[in-house]
Amino acid sequence: MKNSGNILLCGVGGQGILLASELIAFALLASGMDAKKSEVHGMAQRGGSVEAHLRYGKKVYSPLIEPGTADVLIALETMEAMRYLPYLHQGSTVIINTQKIMPPAVATGKTEYPADIISELKKRGLKVIPIDGFEIARKAGNVKAANVSLVGALSSILPIPEKTFIKVINDKIPARFLEANLEVFRAGRKAAKGNEGLKM
Amino acid sequence: MTQQESSPETLWLSGNEALALGAHEATVKVASGYPGTPSTEILENLTGYDNVYTEWAPNEKVGLEVAIGASFAGVRALATMKHVGLNVAADPLFTASYTGVRGGLVIIVADDPTMHSSQNEQDSRNYAWAAKLPMLEPSDPAEAKEYLKQAYEISEEFDTPVLLRSCTRVAHVKGIVASGPITASKVTPGIEKMPAKFVMLPANARQRRLAVAERMEKLALMADHSSLNTIEWGDKKRGIIAAGTSYLYAKEAFPEASFLKLGLVNPLPQSLIKEFASKVKELIVIEDLDPFLETQIKAMGIKCHGKDMIPAIGELTTAVVRTGVSGKAGKTDFAPVELVPRPPNMCAGCPHRGLFYNLNRLKVFVSGDIGCYTLGFLPPLSAMDSCVCMGASIGVAHGMAKALGDEGKGKIVAVLGDSTFIHSGITGLINTVYNKDYSTVIILDNRITAMTGHQPNPASGSTLMGEPANSINFEELCRAIGVKHVRTVNPQNIKETHDALKEEIERDEPSVVITRFPCVLIPEEKKRKKIPLHSNTDNCTGCTACLRIGCPAIHWEPLTAEEVAARGGKKAQKGISRIDEVMCVGCGLCKQLCKFDAIVDGEEKS
Repeated sequence: MKNSGNILLCGVGGQGILLASELIAFALLASGMDAKKSEVHGMAQRGGSVEAHLRYGKKVYSPLIEPGTADVLIALETMEAMRYLPYLHQGSTVIINTQKIMPPAVATGKTEYPADIISELKKRGLKVIPIDGFEIARKAGNVKAANVSLVGALSSILPIPEKTFIKVINDKIPARFLEANLEVFRAGRKAAKGNEGLKM
Repeated sequence: MTQQESSPETLWLSGNEALALGAHEATVKVASGYPGTPSTEILENLTGYDNVYTEWAPNEKVGLEVAIGASFAGVRALATMKHVGLNVAADPLFTASYTGVRGGLVIIVADDPTMHSSQNEQDSRNYAWAAKLPMLEPSDPAEAKEYLKQAYEISEEFDTPVLLRSCTRVAHVKGIVASGPITASKVTPGIEKMPAKFVMLPANARQRRLAVAERMEKLALMADHSSLNTIEWGDKKRGIIAAGTSYLYAKEAFPEASFLKLGLVNPLPQSLIKEFASKVKELIVIEDLDPFLETQIKAMGIKCHGKDMIPAIGELTTAVVRTGVSGKAGKTDFAPVELVPRPPNMCAGCPHRGLFYNLNRLKVFVSGDIGCYTLGFLPPLSAMDSCVCMGASIGVAHGMAKALGDEGKGKIVAVLGDSTFIHSGITGLINTVYNKDYSTVIILDNRITAMTGHQPNPASGSTLMGEPANSINFEELCRAIGVKHVRTVNPQNIKETHDALKEEIERDEPSVVITRFPCVLIPEEKKRKKIPLHSNTDNCTGCTACLRIGCPAIHWEPLTAEEVAARGGKKAQKGISRIDEVMCVGCGLCKQLCKFDAIVDGEEKS
């Protein structure tokens, strides 16, 4: 495992970014790392663009990721991946939920949702792992669990044992949602398999 | 969460959770505050511990006064607030500096550089200077807990309230925190009459003023030797003085440099600063917002860089510090891409939407306030014309009415939420009645302090500690103040709300309209069965009436001319609107606006 790294999560307020980043942080902490996670609460939560920074290493000072240094971007919403592009570097991996949430200007017909986000990302030489989180979560019977499918996808490229993630999910998710979330996690992990490892 | 530590435990906590743990370990007995991002979760987490009384006060001034009282009674007390809240609490703050304390008294103030969720950017260190109080500034959750405990020791040792400055990137950062021992106060709780110290009439206050000066001198001497201020020698070519998160960014950008890390930012350790400055070739002060340290260091006759390199606007980051000091921007591989903005929006089913839809149609000047409803300013609702601070909506509307006289009649309303009305709107309303104007005050009563994450308030019917509580009857309260025309409407009913507003706005006297409907996110509302609406797109003519409420559960689907023709639509039709049934909670606003039966009741969902 690379001894330090930066994971950026983004999406739309209400999609479960905080929970997803928490699950990943716990899996990293279980491997004995120092870690810091930074997020913003308040007005930004309500349907706005939301980000969470997660950094780990032997000793972490800044809680914020510098532009150009995120090793992985987890985008819970398709267009939001593009917004955080300056944080990435050549060789970064983008795990992207193919679910689209229309911003107000698109929902009211004032403008259009940008096309071909995934090919735009690929064109820039990034490793892109598209995940249909909504479909995975719907099949598992809990549409709100799409966030966990992306954690599943990430688990397939982080050199942390699957059982560490499973234990974290068991600890953090309330019993009545646990089965669906485990199913979503496994489906996300499976969907991402076959993609090149990150060698983190 | 409740725990009595025997051996240290490694925890993963946010700064606010760490501060709650610190308050517990420091044996705080009374804690009061008003919710405000990014400070809110301190009290929410402290409630989970035994042996502490926690409450939400109507505003920060009251919260601090409660903490002062608890301190006078000889127990450790805490007040929490965000930076703008400290403005509200400034009045008791300045005098508490004179009275000093019995039990330790700490005020945690959380700044919000960059204004992630605030109406201004303000550096609370200036209050420590102005009120002549010590201020500690931690850089991360682990330090936040430790510093809070030290703040209580300083408070009791030096007979002073202590300010602890947090910020967004401490409050909402999670990191590893070790639990520690319980450190009890040596003060005995009870009533002790000390009028010379606690009664601040001029003769006594003049004496205490001297005590304040003496205390600050002692604190300055302590600062030189305190473990809160530390030198980390590295390369002596570059010496950096920094505190709080600024230290973290500087340390990451220039790990090889020498550092003087200040944990106590007021008063400053003068000898230590002089010693550090004399041994480094180039001295740089790295701090966010105001040149608070830099100005004082320069006044000591020491040459240093500061705001000539580091921006005074916005929060610092490693990249900002690196670029500021070295003049070179970090290398990035990808340029930003121009994208559709994604501003925050009121939730699907939000009871404020119907009101703002109506206010937009009524074309009045809307004097707004602080809360979720401030989002009513955004298109397509576009129905808020000013917003200054908590409770200001009513005073601003009154001032406009007085300025415009007859010309403004029927054109001015104030809007504010239930919690905001209690916070500092009541006095404004009293003024409106007493000084006789015609403005209409609309209280958006969703029964909760919604924007900060659903904290109960005196209208919610429960306390922070989860006990049932009196719920203020706004109608009776407004009548008691002297408002003759008070009425309550359901904002989800567009016509009823419109008619009530029209009548009250045109009235030549002060009036209050209470729009009452619970926030969709409170537990009771969440439990209520929701029946989402369904778009009958065959009937949709693409008139876009439903889009004008800006509901996130409705979106526009463009159609080509061929598609429109195939549907049998009119030539001018450009598309149809659709309801996202996962998001829709069935509030029915859009259905009331649709003249073509294109929105119909759907099936029940849980």
